[in-house]
Amino acid sequence: MNGYIRTTETGWLKNRINGAIVLAFLAFSALAVRLFHLQVIDGEEYFRLSLHNCIRIQHLRPFRGLIFDRNGHLLVDNRPEFNIYVVPRDAAPLPRTLARLAEVTGIDPALLDEALRERRGGGSYKPILLRAGVDRDTVAAIEVHRYDLPGVSVEVEPRRYYVHGASASHLLGYIGEIGPGEIDQRPDGDGGLRLGDMVGKSGIEKALDEHLRGAPGGRQVEMSATGQVVRVLQTVPPAPGFNAVLTIDYRLQEKAEFLMDGLGGAVVVLEPATGDLLALVSSPAYDPNVFIGGLSQDNWERMLANPFGLLENKAIQGEYPPASTYKIITAIAGLEEGVINEKSTAYCPGYYEFGNRVFRCWRRGGHGRVDVVSALSQSCDVFFYQVGEKLGVDAMARYARACGLGRPTGIRLDREARGLAPTAAWKLARTGQPWMDGENLPIAIGQGYNLTTPLQMAVVTAAVGNGGLIPRPSLVRRFETAEGAPKAPPERPVDAAPPATLPVSEKNLALIQKGLWRVVNGPSGTARVARVEGIEVSGKTGTGQVVGRSRVEVDRSQSIPAHLMPHAWFVAYAPAEAPRIVVSVIVEHGEHGSGTAGPIARELIQYYLKEIGP
Amino acid sequence: MFDRRLIQYFNWGFLCLVIAIAAMGVTTLYGAVAVGPGDAPAHLYYKQIAWYGIGLLWMMAVCMVDYRWFNRGAYPIYLVCVGMLVAVLMVGRYGGGSRRWLALGPLTVQPSEMMKIAVVFVLARYYAQVLDPRGLTLRELIKPALLVGLPFVLIVRQPDLGTALMILIIAATLTLFVRIERRTLLLFILTGMVSGPLVWSQLKGYQRQRILTFLDPDRDPLGAGYHIIQSKIAIGSGQLWGKGIFEGTQNILSFLPEQHTDFIFSVWAEGMGFVGSLAVILAFLVLIVWGLRIAYSCRDPFGTMICVGVTAILFWQIMINVGMVMGLMPVVGMPLPFVSYGGSSIVAVMICAAVLMNVSMRRFIRDDHQGVG
Repeated sequence: MNGYIRTTETGWLKNRINGAIVLAFLAFSALAVRLFHLQVIDGEEYFRLSLHNCIRIQHLRPFRGLIFDRNGHLLVDNRPEFNIYVVPRDAAPLPRTLARLAEVTGIDPALLDEALRERRGGGSYKPILLRAGVDRDTVAAIEVHRYDLPGVSVEVEPRRYYVHGASASHLLGYIGEIGPGEIDQRPDGDGGLRLGDMVGKSGIEKALDEHLRGAPGGRQVEMSATGQVVRVLQTVPPAPGFNAVLTIDYRLQEKAEFLMDGLGGAVVVLEPATGDLLALVSSPAYDPNVFIGGLSQDNWERMLANPFGLLENKAIQGEYPPASTYKIITAIAGLEEGVINEKSTAYCPGYYEFGNRVFRCWRRGGHGRVDVVSALSQSCDVFFYQVGEKLGVDAMARYARACGLGRPTGIRLDREARGLAPTAAWKLARTGQPWMDGENLPIAIGQGYNLTTPLQMAVVTAAVGNGGLIPRPSLVRRFETAEGAPKAPPERPVDAAPPATLPVSEKNLALIQKGLWRVVNGPSGTARVARVEGIEVSGKTGTGQVVGRSRVEVDRSQSIPAHLMPHAWFVAYAPAEAPRIVVSVIVEHGEHGSGTAGPIARELIQYYLKEIGP
Repeated sequence: MFDRRLIQYFNWGFLCLVIAIAAMGVTTLYGAVAVGPGDAPAHLYYKQIAWYGIGLLWMMAVCMVDYRWFNRGAYPIYLVCVGMLVAVLMVGRYGGGSRRWLALGPLTVQPSEMMKIAVVFVLARYYAQVLDPRGLTLRELIKPALLVGLPFVLIVRQPDLGTALMILIIAATLTLFVRIERRTLLLFILTGMVSGPLVWSQLKGYQRQRILTFLDPDRDPLGAGYHIIQSKIAIGSGQLWGKGIFEGTQNILSFLPEQHTDFIFSVWAEGMGFVGSLAVILAFLVLIVWGLRIAYSCRDPFGTMICVGVTAILFWQIMINVGMVMGLMPVVGMPLPFVSYGGSSIVAVMICAAVLMNVSMRRFIRDDHQGVG
């Protein structure tokens, strides 16, 4: 006998089994009663409902949050539009219904077929968007022939509207239908998104999508045999998204766009103390409204063909050689590393001989004897060649990175370019070639492999102007509910790390500031054109070569073709003593920083400080 | 030595009942996937029949082994299942938002299904040892709590809250069956009444919302509530005699979610009406009562316990699934035993049936059987 098996002698366990059997009977009786109720008592009603599968879900799109500038000026709005939907199952026979629809409305039947093909899938009772944004005549035509068009319906839905068209288009971005692949890629799982939903595709629309989007709602409705709603059973109202109030000042944005009209390039304006962006322009611009209803082939090809790069937001994605604006970095590195000090001078005869090569200064006649302040103010290349030669590329890269170059600024717009602060190791990995000493020289004047974005230069300039603190650029002041009440705390990213500062002592920073002040105000400064009556402006010009200087210089007498003209930079802050505005301007192929970029910066500074006021 | 009486006492009637329910399942599945343009591939029922075959093999294997071996083997089986659950979390296959499946060669298995049975085994072994008419004390409940808690946490991590709760419910059923000491039971009830509102107040808004929707699908008219409405229309429209199993289905196919798994009963009810549906419910009732009768006639506590345990598994799955499709229960992914499509689920419930048959065929063999030493 097995010791561990005990016999159940007592009846108590058996009593409990009997109890369990009684409970099972009761539970199954409940199922049977429910079944009787559904099938026999209410059976006829359910049979009626089943005859034409008539309970449907209709999705209600949420009202996407509006976008305002810092003064409450409306930039992005929603406007009602009429959309035509079809439910394939209700529309049977579908080809006949579509043909009739085309006949009644005059819409090209091929377009209807295409929409059907593209959006089909996921059940024949799901409404398919056939045509968005039809006019009132079309709606009237459909209503008149309503009983001839089973399964066809017209819905009034909000459509995104960019109030100022092409203005601020790169900044604001645009929205579009979510792609099948995008749904899975979202970090928050599906987030309630389904195929056909509109989401931000670029710019602010994308960056703030989760705040702007809102939550979709829907209705359970009963439909008639012709696909019309007979009654609404239940409704879940969609929750509108939050409105965003940007840091942008639209007046300044508009002014900057006006000044950049006809030019390629970018303008970044920000508040140096806070990093709040006041304007962000990429030129030329496109009209985001064309994206909303899906882009026509023709429009798309025109956009791609634009020689200036229409879709790229050059202010954050454009990578340009920083040119002479980089001399700020070289000066900081030279002073901090002890390669030069405030008394160090160099003689500039207009060129510098390095080995058997000759590096030219931009001023053929030379600058004579210069120190660091006058080298900055006159942008003397020869002085900085010598600083760069002594520093070497890796030291300059270290300072460039510490100043915020070669890495994203942390603005929360997608696809921000990093720029490039090259090192010897980088070159070896990239090209397989070791770093040559001669390459240190162009690096020191912001050429060579150096690349920065206009935003990065704006941030560096702001840091110089406000005493060394590197601001983190921000775009959003606050979010508001649809009723205008503020939403929770403002979205200023919480930084675990302490705010970064320029790697420079107060004394040396004062030298840089002095140099930049003289660029505009000194007797031989390179940007005297940027002076503003009554306001002291400090800045730095730059002339970014598109091709090597020697090649162009061979035939200086002849005019240089436009696409080989150098890019013009100007970065500035004002007022010099306590800056309230920083401007970074690049004009592609604008030749000289002082010629084209400088006046734009001057106009903006003057407009902001004199006309708009604080 | 193989005892001839095992064949003599083999419970053919019970096997026939199981096969009859399975046949009804295959028929419905055929109706669900072959007739209408549903989402499921049309030849799913071949796969399902293959799974029944695999289930029958398991069934035979389980019947061959004297169930008292399960007493000795309870912990090894339990540990293998826990190991598989851990493996699922690390290398499991992802699908539908959770990691539930483990790829074993060409097959994918869902270890959480097997875990239910393993939990029944370990609890039965333990309760058989501490059995007392006065009921279990708080101290005696510590070990079961740990034994259930481990797989519960592992399955919640997948995350598959439905199956995790199922294991909890099965364990609770078995525990209440062996009776909890009155004082302890009172303590549990009081703790529950006090901590319930406390936990509720600590939950975040969306968590509360999720629980409320779980309890009342009408709160989510666009998701679960909509599915239930469609299911009720399907069932109700079957009326007294039904539309015919291959006639009515077409209508509802694209409206019922997972019509070949969780909502298979709706397909049957629409086609076969009240008469056919009642027949299925009666068949399930007979199955459950039969299972309890086998428990009743078993003479050793472990045998009684595992019979009650596997019957509880079947009972709750039937209740929750049929209750859900008729709008009586929360919406939760729960297959209908022997009917819903799904390999691991079929094999698991076949093993449950096999455990009952195993105990049943050995009800007269005791002291003279030398199979277990």
